[in-house]
Amino acid sequence: MELLSQMMQLLFSGLTLGAIYALIAVGFVVIYNVTGILNFAQGEFAMLGALTCISLVNNNVPLWLAIILSIVIVAAIGGIFERTALHTARKSSVTTLIIITIGVSIVLRGAAILIWGTQVQTLPPFTDNTPITILDAVLLPQNIWAVGISIVILILMMYFFNYTFVGKSLTACVVNPFAARLMGINPEKMSLFAVIVSAGVGALAGTVIAPISGATYDMGMMLGIKAFVAAVIGGLTNAPAAIAGAFLIGILEAFTEGLWSSGLKDVVTFTFLLLILFVKPEGLFAKASGKRV
Amino acid sequence: MNSKSLKLIYNNSILGPIILFAVLFCIPLVSSSNYLFSILTMIGFYALVCIGLTTLTGYAGQISLGHAAFYGIGAYSSAVLTSTYGLNPWIAIIIGALISAVVALIVGIPTFKLKGYYLALATLGFGIIVYTLFKEFSSITGGSNGFFGIPPISLFGYEFITDKSYFYLIWVFVFFAILFTRNIIHSRIGRGLRSIEGSEIAADAVGVNLMNYKLQIFVLSAIFASVSGSLLAHYVSFINPDLFVANTSIFFLIMVIMGGKGNIWGSIVGAAMYVLLDEILKHYVPLLLPNVGGQFEIVFFGILLVLTLIYMPDGLVPRFEKLMSKFKKKTPTNGALQSTISVNATGGDNK
Repeated sequence: MELLSQMMQLLFSGLTLGAIYALIAVGFVVIYNVTGILNFAQGEFAMLGALTCISLVNNNVPLWLAIILSIVIVAAIGGIFERTALHTARKSSVTTLIIITIGVSIVLRGAAILIWGTQVQTLPPFTDNTPITILDAVLLPQNIWAVGISIVILILMMYFFNYTFVGKSLTACVVNPFAARLMGINPEKMSLFAVIVSAGVGALAGTVIAPISGATYDMGMMLGIKAFVAAVIGGLTNAPAAIAGAFLIGILEAFTEGLWSSGLKDVVTFTFLLLILFVKPEGLFAKASGKRV
Repeated sequence: MNSKSLKLIYNNSILGPIILFAVLFCIPLVSSSNYLFSILTMIGFYALVCIGLTTLTGYAGQISLGHAAFYGIGAYSSAVLTSTYGLNPWIAIIIGALISAVVALIVGIPTFKLKGYYLALATLGFGIIVYTLFKEFSSITGGSNGFFGIPPISLFGYEFITDKSYFYLIWVFVFFAILFTRNIIHSRIGRGLRSIEGSEIAADAVGVNLMNYKLQIFVLSAIFASVSGSLLAHYVSFINPDLFVANTSIFFLIMVIMGGKGNIWGSIVGAAMYVLLDEILKHYVPLLLPNVGGQFEIVFFGILLVLTLIYMPDGLVPRFEKLMSKFKKKTPTNGALQSTISVNATGGDNK
């Protein structure tokens, strides 16, 4: 019973982490598929979302409105980022683009230090945070919120990509940009749109995790890298696979932390990543394809 | 073929390095400020890493986001071998370099099968693993608290303790690193690397052994980083894992790119610019914004990096060379240069 409840506990925290990673990883996949760029600044959107939301709440904006406002603000920042950096440099080599997005992430992190400082800030939980006990394992309502919100968003995004006009246009750009252009879809507009959407989703991920682990200017880097790892492990070209990868990484981390060592969880995660990259670089769950590798 | 454009790259004259070092070593005649020497020494450490990294990034076109790991392996090898096991610092530097070379070889073989984003992520992951190991194996490394009491380095009974003496020491290393790297770049390996940067498929097709070249240059750059890290450890006598985080790797890359990747002088210019800007920002920004703490200066480096990449992707030194050559009415375009190089590379490898 003891062991079972410990396992349940670790599973809960793994699922929560996985849900956050999934939201950010989906952003990676959307941008990568539409523009061919892997955005290393993705995690910073989560950081900006969390800190903006905290500032709004501290200025007596109601929590729900603050969340929505911070998503809108960060989405706008994403749009500016796309127009100023990605769009201007879209003809550059992969190496250059990687370093440009890293540069943007450094700018955003530095700006966050200038605006918010280096202290850890907290956001109140979305609802009353009385722990719920299931099989002797303690579950906080905020964890349910995290998993719930990410599942709802992921379903909404599936619907959006498969059943709406804009979503289908985006998908068309992924499948065949040239043919999409012939059909009158403007890939450049779609690229802007993709970055805005994933910035907004990233910001939401940030506001969801802020009540659980607090928010600092440097939270984005690790979140982004882990989500990136999740996306690569699952399969970069395939959103559901990336989501599966995200939950896998979240659970792996929670169990390493609980059963072995919290310090070494990064070693386990990245060793796992390297193994996948060396053995099966197209991802665990993706069908093999030579696309964009 | 334009022989003048060839000359620009195959500039074999030793004059450049000698002039630079003559100027550098004259500085102590004019000034004796310890602050100045500490800054010049810092530039030396970074320049040594960047010279290695620029051969990898610029000449071979491969990205590495994990070079702080080798910098750290060198530093910790020196620290542990000299303090815990009482070895001579020079032997420790060599052992550290060997360890880094072996690690680079083992990591490099699977890693350089990857390209683009995957290569970036794999090297980044490697760097984070090594950083975490420094932090977690606290019985050996001292963990997050750091490693204290690393002895100074000495040569024939002379101890390098002052900033001024260390300034000489590190720049002698940089001098030989430049000569060595120049020789490599001007050899068959260098031409092979250039061809890889131009087009991997074309290079492969004409018989350039991609894997071999990439590995050799990765190991070489790891050794440079490791030696630099070792020297740093003996200089500061206290190291902690935070010196070797992923960000350090990224800042090495920033130096290489700002200076001009694919140019040895670029790595020195980049390192100098980074250190000087860092000092200036740390000094002046708090005067304007008194409440700021932490590494706020990164925002400026980020902006600089993005602007450099968008508006002069070749970096400062090549841009400067272009201006100079325009001034002299020689206008070798980049494309012309590259085709010359690829032709040379193929010629070299068919021999």
